[in-house]
Amino acid sequence: MPKDHGIGASTKRREDVRFLTGAGRYTDDINLRGQAYVHFLRSDMAHGRITSIDTAAAAGMPGVIRIFTGADFEGIGGLPCGWQVTDKHGQPMQEPAHPVLAQGKVRHVGDPIAAVVAETREQARDAAEAIEVEIEELPAVIDMKAAVQEGAPKVHDDLTSNLCYDWGFVEENKAAVEEAFQKAAHVTTLELVNNRLVANPMEPRVAVGDYDRAGDESTLYTTSQNPHVIRLLMGAFVLGIPEHKLRVVAPDVGGGFGTKIFHYAEEAFCTFAAKAINRPVKWTASRSEAFISDAHGRDHVTTIQLALDAENNFTALRTETYANMGAYLSTFAPSVPTWLHGTLMAGNYKTPLIYVNVKAVFTNTVPVDAYRGAGRPEATFQLERVIDKAAMELGVDPIALRRQNFITEFPYATPVAVEYDTGDYHATMDKLVEMADLDGFAARRAESEARGKLRGLGVNCYIEACGIAPSNLVGQLGARAGLYESATVRVNATGGLVVMTGSHSHGQGHETSFPQVIAEMIGIDESMVEIVHGDTSKVPMGMGTYGSRSIAVGGSAMVRATEKIIKKAKTIAAHLMEAAEADIELKDGQFSVAGTDKSVAWGDVCLAAYVPHNYPLDEIEPGLEETAFYDPSNFTYPSGAYACEVEVDPDTGKVTVERFAAADDFGNIINPMIVTGQVHGGLAQGIGQALLEGAVYDENGQLLSASYMDYAMPRATDVPFYQVDHSCQTPCTHNPLGVKGCGEAGAIGSPPAVVNAVVDALRSGGSGITHIDMPLSPARVWAALQG
Amino acid sequence: MTQVSMTVNGQPATGEVEGRTLLVSFLRDQIGLTGTHVGCDTSQCGACVVHVDGKAVKSCTMLALEADGAEVSTIEGQANADGTLNVIQQAFQDHHGLQCGFCTPGMVMSAAALLKENPKPTEDEIRHYLEGNICRCTGYHNIVKAIMAASGQDVAVLAAE
Amino acid sequence: MYEFDFVKPTTLADAIAALGAEEAQALGGGQTLIPTLKQRLAAPAVLVSLTGIGEMQGIELGEGQITIGGATPHAAVAAEVAAAYPALAALAGNIGDPAVRNRGTIGGSLANNDPSACYPAAALASGATIVTSNREIAADDYFEGMFTTALEDGELITAVRFPVPEAASYQKFEQPASRFALVGVFVAKYPEGVRVAVTGAAEDGVFRWSEAEVALSADFSPAALEGIDCPAEGMIADLHGTAAYRAHLVKVMTRRAVMAAAG
Repeated sequence: MPKDHGIGASTKRREDVRFLTGAGRYTDDINLRGQAYVHFLRSDMAHGRITSIDTAAAAGMPGVIRIFTGADFEGIGGLPCGWQVTDKHGQPMQEPAHPVLAQGKVRHVGDPIAAVVAETREQARDAAEAIEVEIEELPAVIDMKAAVQEGAPKVHDDLTSNLCYDWGFVEENKAAVEEAFQKAAHVTTLELVNNRLVANPMEPRVAVGDYDRAGDESTLYTTSQNPHVIRLLMGAFVLGIPEHKLRVVAPDVGGGFGTKIFHYAEEAFCTFAAKAINRPVKWTASRSEAFISDAHGRDHVTTIQLALDAENNFTALRTETYANMGAYLSTFAPSVPTWLHGTLMAGNYKTPLIYVNVKAVFTNTVPVDAYRGAGRPEATFQLERVIDKAAMELGVDPIALRRQNFITEFPYATPVAVEYDTGDYHATMDKLVEMADLDGFAARRAESEARGKLRGLGVNCYIEACGIAPSNLVGQLGARAGLYESATVRVNATGGLVVMTGSHSHGQGHETSFPQVIAEMIGIDESMVEIVHGDTSKVPMGMGTYGSRSIAVGGSAMVRATEKIIKKAKTIAAHLMEAAEADIELKDGQFSVAGTDKSVAWGDVCLAAYVPHNYPLDEIEPGLEETAFYDPSNFTYPSGAYACEVEVDPDTGKVTVERFAAADDFGNIINPMIVTGQVHGGLAQGIGQALLEGAVYDENGQLLSASYMDYAMPRATDVPFYQVDHSCQTPCTHNPLGVKGCGEAGAIGSPPAVVNAVVDALRSGGSGITHIDMPLSPARVWAALQG
Repeated sequence: MTQVSMTVNGQPATGEVEGRTLLVSFLRDQIGLTGTHVGCDTSQCGACVVHVDGKAVKSCTMLALEADGAEVSTIEGQANADGTLNVIQQAFQDHHGLQCGFCTPGMVMSAAALLKENPKPTEDEIRHYLEGNICRCTGYHNIVKAIMAASGQDVAVLAAE
Repeated sequence: MYEFDFVKPTTLADAIAALGAEEAQALGGGQTLIPTLKQRLAAPAVLVSLTGIGEMQGIELGEGQITIGGATPHAAVAAEVAAAYPALAALAGNIGDPAVRNRGTIGGSLANNDPSACYPAAALASGATIVTSNREIAADDYFEGMFTTALEDGELITAVRFPVPEAASYQKFEQPASRFALVGVFVAKYPEGVRVAVTGAAEDGVFRWSEAEVALSADFSPAALEGIDCPAEGMIADLHGTAAYRAHLVKVMTRRAVMAAAG
């Protein structure tokens, strides 16, 4: 019987009630007294020098309160980058300034030039149109390889070139890798593009700045995955506001997928402007604005080579990747193609020698940063595509080739600097083969062919590194922050608990799953535990939610804090029962003395802590509240095997996903319903990347896919019912819950399965095709079929 | 400014609007019903779906003045009279048909319109009907399942999950 | 949106009068016009709503012909002509999404003449008559290129009259993002011959593929299309497909339409 409460139960989500009745409170639902509205005048040119800005006419328009330009931000910090990568020569990356409002130059379509604050949204927009800006157009650099050619126009005049860094990993392996390639019996080479994506959480970004003159305190309400990180970056690096004078609130947030991690200019602007005009200032992005101002994701161009010996063992792997940074360095941009990508290049395989080269490039495009998976999907895609191509070239079964090269012993130290603690890749593959009914594929293919369609099957594995940490390691790798998480558990006198966590929920269901853990530890009803998150004034510190880290890192912090609570409560219980602390046991919310029938209820102990009439005041303080910071000792390593079956209409090139099966190993599971839902969403995003989505610029830097009219979002008709299983569980060995993280797996593991399946389908029809770049749109598939 | 009057979730609602005021702006900004959301500006995402005189419409693509005199219902008016979740809402919770909740009001309103027209829709009919409702979180699996369940169909055997 | 005045007349005469004002523009269901206004790509001084005019609403099923009021929403067409003209009903029932179909109107669609819209293909393939506040215009004379029609300023589509064909089908291949027609082909077989209208594909908007019409008029079967290709010249090329791809799809969709109509 599945559990009906606690760890492992599919508890229904308590937050759903407010979302289903329209009672959710998103940032755009917040309206403050006296609020003014800002509209940003954005560059419609990809690259240019601002020669003049005349705001005089606009300033006189109805409702205009004040107009800001880059000049208002001189002497104020720019938007900081949170990660410094060191290049293969040991030099720090090139790091350009990133002003809140453009100063001197515009560097991408959407770069904010001026901001009009007015009484209404429409008045602000009306006035923005009346600002006269003269810009001398400069040639735009869009293509990454062209951008690093000698003599290419420079995005930043003060940098030596458009190359942010040229990273080699592991540089010491390079010679040995070369040697292995020379000795190889077979080398498979694949050039591919990991398409640029727009995260597109359904809630566009919003910021509301507020300033309290009495306390000299600023408050920012924002659509963020990590309000504490915003408080730190904006307070310390941009506006110079100490943390005790700055409150950042991220209330209900309508999806993030990475793009709401970063600190954006609009947040700093609203906070700054609220103080400047002494009124709340609100900004709500339109979807069109989101396309040209939210950080994009992916955008890698890679050549990957796999060396095999005569027995088809992988002997070496090398890659060369161009990674687009866009026009500025977004908060975590430099880490994505390097530490979140290079360290995953071993995948599930015991390839002994690996060398990864990444050239990060500035272009006149929107900044690129983490999007669901961040670096790991790029690594997985290359690796799993090149393995399929190798199997094709060698005429061997792609599953057998993978199995032959699986890592089977743990812990396993990869040649790319990480140590996998646990995993069982054969087990997930076995599960997948069963779920996906691979035995029935031939019959299904024959049935498709009878209807004039091509059917293909694609299988792949993935590994990811979640719960990014530990701090002392990431510090060495260039992170400018610690990556722990904090939790405060406050027990009320009546026995209820409030857990204040630095993890942030923007769809993940923390309000439901976190109490499952705490309630089980104490043996009380889940309804007695309340989760508070998303407000820096309520939660002491936090690093937020990204990299599938909430349960692995945030959850572990909660466990540690709760352990402290239980320890103190046992001391109180021992006193109340006049027993030795060592003899106190806690079960089902009752403290009892081992070997006796003496017991005292959880609630009575909590009451004693706050009404300490009979209390060990000489031993411990009254009250029951504890804080813990948890800094993990390693990443966690979820893994899995995915299978996709597609049908291709050779007349039109349209691909239909007929079946999708996912067998994941997430270690221990807190709420299976929520975990399954996370995988579903990831799969749709991965299928979206593979078949539909692509942010495309023309050679002048105009974004052609700048709305849902041209950027294809997956709809209900584009995906099937998925088969998802997470019964293969190798618990993480280094966190107290044995959990691994599940938020990104679906998006990491699915694109290669889809592409492998389409290539398989086309080849079954007689095509010699070996690769098609994503998205595999009908037009591209049809063109590929034409040869 | 022009006066506009309508009935929203059974209650009279009146306000002064400009010609360009959208129905969604009237609902959110003027009468404080913030359950209806805006997720795009090209009339595709469906986060803003409400019912006007019983029909699903995108409230971001309808002027408030066009709804003068109309009966409008929004997500805030969907729960049962005793405040409990209605059948569709309950099915969304039971089957985890929502994550971040932002598209959810539009999804629920579209599902309600569908089930009124077609009380036992097939999987394909549901997916097709949701053409104008984009969800980025759920991958649609549990939304489709919830709507099937809300229509009284057995979903236990639908999909091997 | 720029600010504008809004009027909602209840008679056609009042609407015509209101449209006489400077920079006045008609507002049908608004499913294209309102997004356009939101992008500030149009700046009418007055919007004249057509949704309150009873005489522009409704569907009349006559002998061998169907007359649809200009302000009739797609959902009503989908529901009410399903028996009389199933291909037209199916087309109407697949425009946009359900919420769009509850507001968007046939008159609005034809007046706008978006090169990727569905209704122009139906009107042209059916040899429909566009009935306006001033006159009647044959579909062959009505469409004048992308977003361009024979309508004059202030002229309203009050109804559209469709002769009912012996057999017909509309096949749409959707653009993956907008879900508008990347290519849509409407084939309609009448006693006097077969008409084939193509939307989505060409830079000049909806057009008749005469070569296919001749072949299909002689032999209404997919085999008749063998050896005929739609030229790529003049086809739209964008990030969703090359001109050659669209030209190819024209043939594929035509063949499918013939199969569906003949089946």
